[in-house]
Amino acid sequence: MQAAKMNALQTIEGLLTLSQQEELVDLPNSYPLSASEDEGDSDGERKHQKLLKAISCLDEKNRWKWTERSEASLQVSEFNMSSEGSGEKLVLSDLLEPVRTSSALAAVKKQLNKVKSKKTMELPLNKEEVKQIHREIAFNKTSQTLSKWDPIVLRNWQAEQLVFPLEKKQPAFVPIELVLSGWKARTPLEQEIFNLLHKNRQPVTDPLLAPMEKAALKAMSLEEAKMHRAELQRARVLQSYYEARAKREKKIKSKMFHRNMKKEKARKALKDFDHLWKVNPTAALDELQKMEKARVMERMSLKHQNSGKWAKSKMVMAKYDLEARQAVQEQLAKNKELTHKLQIISESEEEKRGTKEEESLVPDVLNEVQMCTDGPNPWLLRGCNSDTKESEIQPDPEQQPEPVIPKFPKTEEDERPAAEEEILLKGFGESRSLRERFQLNRDTESVGCQETKDSSTQDILAKLKALNQKLENRHSSKQTVSPAGTVLQVQREECIPEEEESLLLQRPERVQILEELEGLGKEEYFQNKELPRPLLKWKQMKRNPNNQTDSPKGKKKEQMIDLQNLLTTEPPSVKSLAIPTAIEELEDEEKQNLKQMIKEAFSGDDVISDFLKEKREAMKASKPKAVDLMLPGWGKWGGAGLKPSAKKGRRFLIKAPEGPPRKDKDLPNVIVSEKRNIHAAAHQVQVLPYPFTHHQQFERTIQTPIGSSWNTRRAFQKLTTPKVVTKPGHIIKPIKAEDVSCHSSKLGLSVIQSVTAQPTGNKKQKTDKSFVD
Amino acid sequence: MKVKMLSRNPDNYVRETKLDLQRVPRNYDPTLHPFEVPREYIRALNATKLERVFAKPFLASLDGHRDGVNCLAKHPKSLATVLSGACDGEVKIWNLTNRKCIRTIQAHEGFVRGICTRFCGTSFFTVGDDKTVKQWKMDGPSYGEVEEPLHTILGKTVYTGIDHHWKDPAFATCGQQVDIWDEQRTNPICSMTWGFDSINSVKFNPIETFILGSCASDRNIVLYDMRQATPLKKVILDMRTNTICWNPMEAFIFTAANEDYNLYTFDMRALDTPVKVHMDHVSAVLDVDYCPTGKEFVSASFDKSIRIFPVNKSRSREVYHTKRMQHVICVRWTADSKYIMCGSDEMNIRLWKANASEKLGVLASRERAAQDYNQKLKEKFQHHPQIKRIARHRHLPKSIYSQIQEQRIMREARRRKELNRRKHSKPGSVPVVEERKKHVVAVVK
Repeated sequence: MQAAKMNALQTIEGLLTLSQQEELVDLPNSYPLSASEDEGDSDGERKHQKLLKAISCLDEKNRWKWTERSEASLQVSEFNMSSEGSGEKLVLSDLLEPVRTSSALAAVKKQLNKVKSKKTMELPLNKEEVKQIHREIAFNKTSQTLSKWDPIVLRNWQAEQLVFPLEKKQPAFVPIELVLSGWKARTPLEQEIFNLLHKNRQPVTDPLLAPMEKAALKAMSLEEAKMHRAELQRARVLQSYYEARAKREKKIKSKMFHRNMKKEKARKALKDFDHLWKVNPTAALDELQKMEKARVMERMSLKHQNSGKWAKSKMVMAKYDLEARQAVQEQLAKNKELTHKLQIISESEEEKRGTKEEESLVPDVLNEVQMCTDGPNPWLLRGCNSDTKESEIQPDPEQQPEPVIPKFPKTEEDERPAAEEEILLKGFGESRSLRERFQLNRDTESVGCQETKDSSTQDILAKLKALNQKLENRHSSKQTVSPAGTVLQVQREECIPEEEESLLLQRPERVQILEELEGLGKEEYFQNKELPRPLLKWKQMKRNPNNQTDSPKGKKKEQMIDLQNLLTTEPPSVKSLAIPTAIEELEDEEKQNLKQMIKEAFSGDDVISDFLKEKREAMKASKPKAVDLMLPGWGKWGGAGLKPSAKKGRRFLIKAPEGPPRKDKDLPNVIVSEKRNIHAAAHQVQVLPYPFTHHQQFERTIQTPIGSSWNTRRAFQKLTTPKVVTKPGHIIKPIKAEDVSCHSSKLGLSVIQSVTAQPTGNKKQKTDKSFVD
Repeated sequence: MKVKMLSRNPDNYVRETKLDLQRVPRNYDPTLHPFEVPREYIRALNATKLERVFAKPFLASLDGHRDGVNCLAKHPKSLATVLSGACDGEVKIWNLTNRKCIRTIQAHEGFVRGICTRFCGTSFFTVGDDKTVKQWKMDGPSYGEVEEPLHTILGKTVYTGIDHHWKDPAFATCGQQVDIWDEQRTNPICSMTWGFDSINSVKFNPIETFILGSCASDRNIVLYDMRQATPLKKVILDMRTNTICWNPMEAFIFTAANEDYNLYTFDMRALDTPVKVHMDHVSAVLDVDYCPTGKEFVSASFDKSIRIFPVNKSRSREVYHTKRMQHVICVRWTADSKYIMCGSDEMNIRLWKANASEKLGVLASRERAAQDYNQKLKEKFQHHPQIKRIARHRHLPKSIYSQIQEQRIMREARRRKELNRRKHSKPGSVPVVEERKKHVVAVVK
């Protein structure tokens, strides 16, 4: 068995060598022949045949057939058999076919497969080529690293101003605790102060911030701030949508629509009130009372305030008319008297506050001016007054503006009609108020509580306000005392802007039409007197709900329109109406017009006459004009209705000399413009300079002055900032990546944190040293 | 009787403290300030005229060398110190404030080919025709000490230039090849070659400090990467480049001073076309140096003048020359961007103002405001012919002037010829070639 196996192995080895030989690509043409074939006769014959074959193979079609015997076999036929039949190289698998059957040779087969799968190494590249590839790779890499400078370079080119040297020393943010930690009290005064501080347990060094301040500092993390900002942004967007919608709705001319809207609103308010009535009847009643009282207050505050039309007209006239002035002053005095009375009556603190607020309802300026018309300088007096007032206000902690301010949007929102956006806005408002409340709770709980209470009451109040008129008939009112402060707060919010607007309104009216206004004012005055109460209320209602959206212009219009006024003055709307009708007509006659235009365009006579006309005009314009130097009234009486004498006119009229003859005098169908001034042209820019694309751009830049006599100081400074600023005596170093990065990321907070994170020991030592020095 | 009195709000006219500025009521009503354009035009005209009147750029001449000044170097830490190497192997250190030489060293036999300072300013390196690289201390020897270099490296071939790395203790020399040396060793860390011609100068990139640029006599500029120790790319120009200078604010921009009278500003990443061709010189440009702000550069030429070019303009904004100044071999812009130094053949180093009419010294704030305003006015009306004429006017020596005329004629003739050729040949067969592309022969990868 073993002998047989050995035999087989040997044969296979032989085959292996064969296969390797076969894989070596080219075999030499003159293959060494075996010894048995060395006989000359057969050799010659063979050679001859070979030659023949070669010749036949030269024919291109059969070239592929030309094959060389490539393996050495033991049995070589005498008839010169070559491995011609396949026409291909010998393949290993063919040779191995007989072996395949025997399973004992698996390992050998594997080896064979391995040999087959191995590939020859490729030739190494040329040295120059390798270098080039290296260079290219390196170049790409470096140009990539360099391209990170692109944005910086671009930014520097576009920068308004570059200040060199670029690296700036960071102002070191050193918290005061660190500075103070190395500091000791030395002088007796300092020691005394420190003793006092210690006694009162004031934090001296380490936590210099009070706990509340710290909380405030920590209150808003970055994420929270981001969220907050996003929220605010959304709210703003929604608000703008809402405003746009309101504007659109306001523009709708349909009376039906507005009526429906109004009805809907009223219905809703009524429903709310009914709900409240069912749930908490006493509260509802209270609200009713409050509303009534608020209305009364408002009315009272508006009395004798010189804000009526009559008063305004009087004020206009006061400049010229003594009586009018007196009337105005009387009015004011009355107003003052009324307000003063209230102050005297009031006893409790709350009421006092109320009166104060009411005082603030009346424009201060008016009162003071009135008070000290005889005094030396009203401005100075005003300053004193305001000072005293401030000192009065200050002790009240609850009155300070901080808690009040966030409430504004809320009340406004409640007044708006319900809509999707509104709901969202409300949501925002609530969340905001929640947050505020949360923060406030942290600091002082009492304030927060009060605020929530206030806001809730205000909600209800504002809703009820719209209902006022309708409910008057339904319910009999009982007088109950309400917390005046809250009501007045609402009142103030609503009244003050109105009054400010009315004050502002005075000026343009005065300028526009003096006489008319007087008449108007009187009418208004009478009207006001005659108008029954409900109507007035209705007016108020109308004004109040769209308090926010009303622009001052709209207000003005509303006030201006009166029945009588409408009748007396010519309606301006007629004119505006005329335009669209005309347009319609135009549309109708479009075709006709087109025809006409074509006719006109092609009727030769017209063109020529037009041209002649044009030329005549050009000639007239180019003619030098006479200069009239006469001064009417000089040496004779002058003025309206007197005619200056013709003689004088002739004497002082300087006739211009005849200019040179026109160049187009003899050219009937040419206009030669002689406007171009050669002397001026020498100073004018002939070609549009490079960065400009249109001459208008260039002209505009030239026309905007940059000097300080045409610009404010700040604008002048901004306009004249040099592009590159260098400091003398400073070495400018090449730009560094660190400089650029520190420019881009500048956050105060991070800086502070980094400074605080530093070990404090070093600082201490430093500060110690400095003090020793 | 009631007397009516004028009453004003004192807030409008009373200062809060004595230190406050007086309130000056101003009325900006445009009708009160008419003719704004003509008035500003006249102001601009006057400003331009005054600029020309006060344009006196020459500050000082430092004499003391006994042969032509071949190279200059700035001190990296001190503005007042300048180093110069002459053709007789002498190195001088100058104090600019005193305008005096503070130290003289006989550094080499033959030319001092290159000089550079170490980034810390404690020592400097020189290379000379005697095949040596020497390192010297910046401070002079103490009493009784012999003037000796810190280190001396003996090379096999002549070194023609040297530059120091901006951050590391390494420097590069050039000659037959570009060698990069460690300061502590006497053999180069690596030497890079590409081609077989001698290399004129080598410069480190000041921003990306591992990049070098060199220019060789076979008309090419080669860029190298020190970290990867390979050349990167090579651009071949029409004629030989004498030296290059990197922009200190833009990492990939460098300017090459060429023998064909032009300067070429390249973006390193796209070498096939220069970003700008700066042409105004009438002879070979020998040296170039950037303003530290990176907005301008100064070039020294064989035509006995130096010119200042804005980086983005192809024409110079200023030309400096004096009667006695011969071929200018080297030029440097000081580190505070206010002055320019140039060394020339006739053994002098000259100090110029970078802005010819700038007032030196401290300016009062009002003065500065007026200056800024005038500058803006000049800018605004720069296109108006009269102002342009005055602002552009420069006096030139006859030699330069006539050469400019001559070259203009030559250029015009060339242009006309090309136009004619284009006119009389098949359309498209004579393409219009951009000026920028005319001068680059090839880019070798």
